[in-house]
Amino acid sequence: MQRDKLALEYGGQPQLARAMALLEALVERSFISVRADQRDDPQRSAYTCITDVLPEIGPIGGIHAALCAHAQAAWLVLAGDLPFLNAATLQQLIAARAPHRLATAFRSSHDGKPEPLCAIFEPASRAPIEAWIAAGQRCPRDFLAHSDVELLTLRDTRALDNVNTAAEYLQARGEFAEHGAAAAGNGAGRTVAGAKRRLNIQYFALLREQAGRSQETVTSDAADARALYAELSATRGLKLRPEQLRVAINETFADWSQSLSEGDTVVFLPPVAGG
Amino acid sequence: MSAFRFSHTALDTAALRAELTDPECGAYAAFEGWVRNHNEGQRVTRLQYEAYAPLATREGERVIAEAVGRYGLRGALCVHRIGALPLGEIAVWVGASAPHRDEAFRACRYIIDEVKHRLPIWKKEYYESGDSGWVNCERCAADAGAAIASSAAPAAHGHAHGPRR
Repeated sequence: MQRDKLALEYGGQPQLARAMALLEALVERSFISVRADQRDDPQRSAYTCITDVLPEIGPIGGIHAALCAHAQAAWLVLAGDLPFLNAATLQQLIAARAPHRLATAFRSSHDGKPEPLCAIFEPASRAPIEAWIAAGQRCPRDFLAHSDVELLTLRDTRALDNVNTAAEYLQARGEFAEHGAAAAGNGAGRTVAGAKRRLNIQYFALLREQAGRSQETVTSDAADARALYAELSATRGLKLRPEQLRVAINETFADWSQSLSEGDTVVFLPPVAGG
Repeated sequence: MSAFRFSHTALDTAALRAELTDPECGAYAAFEGWVRNHNEGQRVTRLQYEAYAPLATREGERVIAEAVGRYGLRGALCVHRIGALPLGEIAVWVGASAPHRDEAFRACRYIIDEVKHRLPIWKKEYYESGDSGWVNCERCAADAGAAIASSAAPAAHGHAHGPRR
């Protein structure tokens, strides 16, 4: 992908500005990691930069440079290309921080491996990282996989999905308009077509586990509950079929063909098993 | 207090029974559903209950109103547990009081059957093997035919509970 990923816009805001805004609300100070040749980039130079000490070794070089720059600080390291990242995910990470370990990180919801680029690195991780680099290793994910790390399960399973190709960018931008802005609590520049409605979705039991969340607000142009479920089953990986479910709208059992209105609360009910 | 409730803590059956005492009644019947140590060939170690409480409470009250109307009850009450339950714990309690015993017995049966079929309550079983599964869900996720059959007749897959004597 030729474009600079950090300049990509979601919800009308460059990715970098969005990521920094999320971070700044939660940490003492925030910095941008740059290679020496990026120091004068206008987008990046608007923030305090930390330049790689060891050149040409990729993201692990940025983490290492930060640990050198402020050796007593724990670092919340964040990739610039996470359009679905939200404050709740960062808060989950911070709340679960284990300072006695080398790092606190999420397990990838795709492959179960640690996610190094939305993680907290403790000061004690500097020496092992230097040893890792000295041994010719470069991959921060492998470093975490081989270290004493607190691993967390993402509550929002898509929060760390990133964008690497132009096609993914266009898809993510579309999805961001539907879901991301609401999830991030960030309404900047969001345009909503006439037919779109904001809907509150609650998930229970097996669907809660499949969706990786118990509730969310989505913006959808789905005409009825059936169309909404089709949309959510695709974006959230819901594996139960509609004929196995019942639907409730605003705390009342409803038909699948019932039309949806702005602000409705919709719940898809898996097969029940009380008693 | 509502005739259908959820409880996060163990049930005090004596206190629940006391809510139904009535000098007009010659009969009182109660049903307790217990957490059993096996289901469908698996050794169960504990259960987790979850509910969509606003809708379940409303539907539960409707079930009890139906029972009162059908059987001429003087009093009826149902309390369902929510959260983690160890073996042997009471998961659901139903009580009914009526002038005569037949109505009290039949009302208990009606209430527990309808509660199991109609209320948005879900049960996750944890097995000795380390596995776990949502009752009536995992099976139907795997097999469409079985899924439809099980939601049409959940009694076939639900926990069987013996009536209190």
